[in-house]
Amino acid sequence: MFSDKTLNQAHQGMKKWLEEVKKVTNDLQEGKRFSTISNLDIEPIYTPENIKDLDFAANIGYPGAYPFTRGCQTTGYRGRIWTFRMFSGFGSASDTNKRWHQLLKEGETGLSTAFDFPTLMGYDSDSPKAIAECGKCGVAIDTLADFEVLTKNIPLDEVTTSMTINPPASILWAMYLVAAEKQGVSWDKVGGTIQNDMLKEFIAQKTFMCPPEPSVRLISDTIEFGTKHVPGWNTISISGYHIREAGSTAVQELAFTLADGIAYVQDVIDRKKLDVDVFAPRLSFFFNSHIDFFEEIAKLRAARRMWAKIMRDRFKAKNPRTWWMRFHTQTAGCSLTAHQPFNNIIRTATEALAAVLGGTQSLHTNSLDEVLALPSDFAVNIALRTQQILAEETGVINTIDPLAGSYFVEALTNEIEEKAWEYIEKIDKMGGMLAAIDKGFPQTEIANAAYNFQQQIDRGEKVMVGANKYVTDEETPIELLKVNEKVEAEQIHRLKEIKRARDNRKVTQTLDNLRVACKSDKNVMPYVIEAVKEYVTEQEICDVYRQVFGEYRDPGFY
Amino acid sequence: MSLERKLRVLIAKPGLDGHDRGAKIVARKYRDAGFEVIYIGLHQTPEQIVNAAIQEDVDLVGLSCLSGAHMYLFTEVVKQLREKGAIDITVIGGGIIPREDIPRLKEVGIKEVFLPGTPLEEIIKWTKENVKPLR
Repeated sequence: MFSDKTLNQAHQGMKKWLEEVKKVTNDLQEGKRFSTISNLDIEPIYTPENIKDLDFAANIGYPGAYPFTRGCQTTGYRGRIWTFRMFSGFGSASDTNKRWHQLLKEGETGLSTAFDFPTLMGYDSDSPKAIAECGKCGVAIDTLADFEVLTKNIPLDEVTTSMTINPPASILWAMYLVAAEKQGVSWDKVGGTIQNDMLKEFIAQKTFMCPPEPSVRLISDTIEFGTKHVPGWNTISISGYHIREAGSTAVQELAFTLADGIAYVQDVIDRKKLDVDVFAPRLSFFFNSHIDFFEEIAKLRAARRMWAKIMRDRFKAKNPRTWWMRFHTQTAGCSLTAHQPFNNIIRTATEALAAVLGGTQSLHTNSLDEVLALPSDFAVNIALRTQQILAEETGVINTIDPLAGSYFVEALTNEIEEKAWEYIEKIDKMGGMLAAIDKGFPQTEIANAAYNFQQQIDRGEKVMVGANKYVTDEETPIELLKVNEKVEAEQIHRLKEIKRARDNRKVTQTLDNLRVACKSDKNVMPYVIEAVKEYVTEQEICDVYRQVFGEYRDPGFY
Repeated sequence: MSLERKLRVLIAKPGLDGHDRGAKIVARKYRDAGFEVIYIGLHQTPEQIVNAAIQEDVDLVGLSCLSGAHMYLFTEVVKQLREKGAIDITVIGGGIIPREDIPRLKEVGIKEVFLPGTPLEEIIKWTKENVKPLR
């Protein structure tokens, strides 16, 4: 990218600059470390020398063209702004439906569903496991009836919806598809995403149910079904967000996510004998946007470039559309503080900006009270406005991938890519991600990184303003969202009514059919859909999964 | 020279919440600080926690909950420990716990609650000052 003359000048200039540095460096600066939050050491200055091997066409290029460093969309945000997609849900389906309408009214452009813990883990609201958990961290969904309330007056042919759901993803997706049908919307018109990424559950998020192998089978079933019947749906959101929240470094987040992706692609090819160009275009990704500004931008650019190489060179995909990596981003929950919560507005804003400069397709911005509770109306509005201000006022959307060519950002992108490949090679040598998870490799890496970071915080080497530096003794409490205490009882009552009113013979029949399908290598989706139509509960279906596939116990690496 | 045996600590997450970053870090800190740590991890019922605590003969039980179900779950653990005669085991908690819930938790028998941002050393110091080996 640079002429010999330029490189030589840069080299000579660097020598001169270093001499000047020696003259002005005082004792305080000696030995002080400048590193990213993930402990990558950063140089004081970057020049053409740092990226002398970079080739513009091969490594940077143009948006919409291999290797997609600059983005998948040819016209970037000028053609289409990222989706303002706020993760939300609490209490009952009607509570959440109300919040959804509010957010749409305030200008969000896509929906994103947060389910409560019983729903995430495949338990109904009347299960003893749901006591005190119902509706607290997200919306409680037991049957299609709840789902119809959740999507009331939401035109499913106009709005796309993401659902953060993993072991029961097939079930919630079935509910969505049936709810759409009932609205008169055919499956070729619906759009959305199910997270449906079990490998990262074993690694990080820990909402798991069945062991890894059958979990991956269920995922391949959903991918196959989507490919054939719901062309506009992203049947998986291969996630790094949770890996990062569990304490990984940026490099680990990237590497483990891509390694998970490799495992999923391989399984669909092996199990379903589908051509990679047929199913892979609908795979999507989900990354964290953490507080270290440039590290995140570099990570996202490296992610696109790496996936393009994996698709084209490793999996031999022929269609350029298959080489695209589309992703959603969420600003980092773990970077926020319980102390002085208004500071979190600034953190979220810079993280959102990093995600935008990194070219995200879709974005969730955390609310200032994220560490304390689910978002209040007041807090969620600010979070949404943050995105709107970035899009409308700051000018960052005017040009595509504005930081391309920056000596620093390109060097950092290269470095993160290099280090991520090292991890992927290591995992390949172990036999792939399933084998690596079995050995406890990603889990241990994450636990080590998390502990290391905590020690850095406790030693004051890394700062969290308001928490370990600039601490105030007296803090004014802020008003927090409180989930209606009656939700649990009301949900249990509702569920009783549904179980009484439905055709329980059909319930038994559809569950029996599902059980048979699970035991064979048939695609389970049609059977889940039939069950869901009869108002079979989420737990009733999950109990079949548990019976047939077994249950996973966390091995407890720490 | 003290002939006191090493303090035994059980770390567990009751309920469905799977956010175990904090619990793991605290478990590791206890281990590095010289305590015997029994980490039983995720998705434990209060009954499972109590049985393990008694079986492992621990001095201290540390509970972690970020899902908002702490009032019910922590209370159940203390209640069942008492029902089974293990009245001397100290129980502490952490996670996402509103400040206003702390007095009530202490009333039911949670000795101390450690909120987000607590330095690990503070937890160790508190433990050394407030928990003695039971045998």
